[in-house]
Amino acid sequence: MSTPIAVGTADVESGPNGEVPEGPDALLALAERVAGWARSGEEVEVYVARGHETEVRAYDGEVESLTSATSAGIGIRVVVDHQLGFAWAGSLDESVLGETLAEARDNARFATPDEHVALAVPDGVAAVPVDLWDERLAAVPTTKKVELALALEAQARSADPRIRQVDAADYGDGSVEVALVSTTGIRSSSRKTSGYLSVGVIAGDGEASQTGGGFSVGRGFDGLDPDRATEDAVTRAVRLLGATKGPSGRSTVVFDRRVASTLLSVVSSALSGEAVAKGRSFFAGRMGERVGDLVLTLVDDPTDPRAYGAAAYDAEGLACRRNVLIDAGLLSGFLYDTVSGSRAGTASTGSAVRGGFAGTPGPGCRALTLASGPEGFDEAGVLAAVGEGLFVQTMTGVHSGVNPISGDFSVGAEGLMIRGGKLAEPVREITVASTLQRILQSLVAVGSDVEWLPGVAAGQTLAVGDMQISGV
Amino acid sequence: MIDAPVLERVLTEALRHGGEFAEVFAEDRSTSSAVLDDGRVEELSSGRERGAGIRVVSGETTGFAHTADLTEGGLLRAAEAASAVARGGGTGIVAVGPLVATAVQERGSDGAATPSLGSKADTLELLRRADDAARGSGDSISQVQAGCGASRRRVLVANSEGLLARDQQARTRFSVSCVAVGDTGLQTGFETAARTMGFELFDEVSVEELALLAAGRALSKLSARPAPSGELPVVLAGGSGGILFHEACGHGLEADHIAKDASVYTGMVGQQVASPLVTLVDDGTVGSEWGTFAIDDEGRPAKRNVLIDRGVLTDYLWDYLRARKEGRSSSGNGRRQTYQHLPMVRMTNTFLLAGDEDADEIVAQTPRGVYVAKLGGGQVNTTTGDFVFGTTEAYLIEGGKITEPLRDANLIGNGPEVLKRVDAVASDFAMTPGTCGKDGQSVPVGCGQATLRVTGVTIGGTAE
Repeated sequence: MSTPIAVGTADVESGPNGEVPEGPDALLALAERVAGWARSGEEVEVYVARGHETEVRAYDGEVESLTSATSAGIGIRVVVDHQLGFAWAGSLDESVLGETLAEARDNARFATPDEHVALAVPDGVAAVPVDLWDERLAAVPTTKKVELALALEAQARSADPRIRQVDAADYGDGSVEVALVSTTGIRSSSRKTSGYLSVGVIAGDGEASQTGGGFSVGRGFDGLDPDRATEDAVTRAVRLLGATKGPSGRSTVVFDRRVASTLLSVVSSALSGEAVAKGRSFFAGRMGERVGDLVLTLVDDPTDPRAYGAAAYDAEGLACRRNVLIDAGLLSGFLYDTVSGSRAGTASTGSAVRGGFAGTPGPGCRALTLASGPEGFDEAGVLAAVGEGLFVQTMTGVHSGVNPISGDFSVGAEGLMIRGGKLAEPVREITVASTLQRILQSLVAVGSDVEWLPGVAAGQTLAVGDMQISGV
Repeated sequence: MIDAPVLERVLTEALRHGGEFAEVFAEDRSTSSAVLDDGRVEELSSGRERGAGIRVVSGETTGFAHTADLTEGGLLRAAEAASAVARGGGTGIVAVGPLVATAVQERGSDGAATPSLGSKADTLELLRRADDAARGSGDSISQVQAGCGASRRRVLVANSEGLLARDQQARTRFSVSCVAVGDTGLQTGFETAARTMGFELFDEVSVEELALLAAGRALSKLSARPAPSGELPVVLAGGSGGILFHEACGHGLEADHIAKDASVYTGMVGQQVASPLVTLVDDGTVGSEWGTFAIDDEGRPAKRNVLIDRGVLTDYLWDYLRARKEGRSSSGNGRRQTYQHLPMVRMTNTFLLAGDEDADEIVAQTPRGVYVAKLGGGQVNTTTGDFVFGTTEAYLIEGGKITEPLRDANLIGNGPEVLKRVDAVASDFAMTPGTCGKDGQSVPVGCGQATLRVTGVTIGGTAE
């Protein structure tokens, strides 16, 4: 109950109207045609997206819901005299295209002229091809997807006698094609498929209930792993049984990979060149300074095909590239799109992201990782190295308690105590607090157990010293 | 949007293969927003989408498909896709219709003025005024962002039980966020006003006041000390403190969690679950609050539902699907983000009824504790009841007086435990708007309460 209200959403359905033929070439042709309507003196960028998705939710041995959808839409930016306007529509109907362009054009009239406002121009950096399309997905019949969701639910229900409920067991997949064309010479298209299994379980009875979630993600149907999703969910729920409110005090905290991924993505918002330029980042004015421990090297590399957020092109059609943001503790780079790069007196780092056709681009990361400790330095290794402390497996209230501008950090947590280098008794209803600045300075260990989780940052076990725990 | 005979044919098609219930939810939504940031009008954005979501319920299974094609052909194809789940279900043929329009009037069609949209130029003027006010409130204000968003949503719901209902919903929101810079670094302040109405919002709300509140919040925290760590009495100022009840029990009273035994409140109707000072209401009919509407997204009229009466749990919140299983009627809480989403049980405006104590007196009678002037948000695990909520403006209470400002922190508690610890409720009732996220869908909600005290909550600060 806290996220700011966003006006407009992504992923809209156009219906099976068949007006725009299948395939990325047809989308490119459409984007080119609309961009061709630009008047003299104005620059136009046309972003067109189209997707299909299927979602199956299983509950208690039955299909609770089955959703199948096709979506399409267009987002148009117009720049006239350094004034930017934007409009979008959840449809690719011919009648909508011209209206949307006209509305974007009208909106531009009201913007404050700003010399840094411009559309991207090709910068000569070649895109690294990444194959994100699983051709086989389209051929998987719905019945097989339903079977997989039902099997996941059944498996989770019987995985452990202490599991009393499986409140959600989902299969989902999607495919999306995007074309981007501008009058400034941008012309890119991309497509990707994705699939996931997700399961939530409840262990124990009555007041002693604990919950756990697990998932498996991939580029399509094949390779999704219900065993892994189930094991993850069940382990997390069962090991919390009997949890009590933990003790207060200063402690070293080990963040589970999933939690660490969330932590990194919060840090990354302070590395946005736009946030820095506008004085909304605790990193502002600190380029080249020491912001973290020597073990801290942070890189955003969407060209790594293993990354969930891998991409050949950014949201302005420039090639994605590897950007080193923090190098052995020294602040060494920010993420820029075209406008924020210009404002900082530099160029785009190919880091524009956007939330579908209804959103405008802004700088952001896609594939963050930390340079890791020695090979084989996994969760058990980090726990052994830490010896005593708190292991956090769930973090809550990140939106209400972590501020990437001030750096204040205070979250709810549940997990297990670490004793003698091993996981011990479970704890709940505690908070973990510090500041993001101090967390980066107090990094004790970085696991080599990189797992490419859904989202913008990889998961790696992290240990952070000197955090304040509030509990009993 | 769609004529009744077409709707009847589409519903009939949706049930052609079986199933007991079919529904068409059509929506035509336009949005506009403007943002002034860093002293510049950076972006005006306009968007439009329309389409229909069709669901078919067959036994325990719901089939859902949606389309942006509102022609009869497009709707029939979506109905066919949604009906796939019922195929082979063999539940027999359900006769559809005739559709009967319910008494709910379209807003604006009952003689009331149509909500006005406000011109782009007028909107920018408001943004500039807010920017000026915020920047004028102190030299330490280093950055200001002001945003204004408006949406118009026409909805139509028709179902196989003969329901046909329409509504037109206008929503307008204005927000200001400020950054202040000082020796201790950056601090932030945020304030928002949001109502279910048009540009008339600005007849009631002063953007300068919003700006001053946001700026003041950032400025006061420049001298803030770290929040305490550990359990203390907490006094919540009226308005945003309602987030506590939204999280501590609101979500846990949603019938979908109850049906799956995924709430600490399962099976507790009739029991004392809170202090006798707690009477909690969810009410989608209140004035023009952010969570207000004429009909929910299943076509049922918004209602006032008492959830907790003087500490005793009286009822849960229901949508069509969950109510049907229990053989009762929906409480008007079936909501969805857009036509592309299935409806589920959601809160509307959820608030604690005011008490009769004096707000200042409650603070005066608190020797040591934390005074929370503004909450920013929260999160709950309905199964365990554990929840957090975060402060964006808070102070220490020492010797019955509000003293030093505190840096932002989350507080953590367990719903049923915290509800029993409410030991004082004042009379200064206020509401606050928010966006509630659940299972990937966001909807506008209101929450509210009067100043109240909780005898002990764990505060997640960094001070030892």
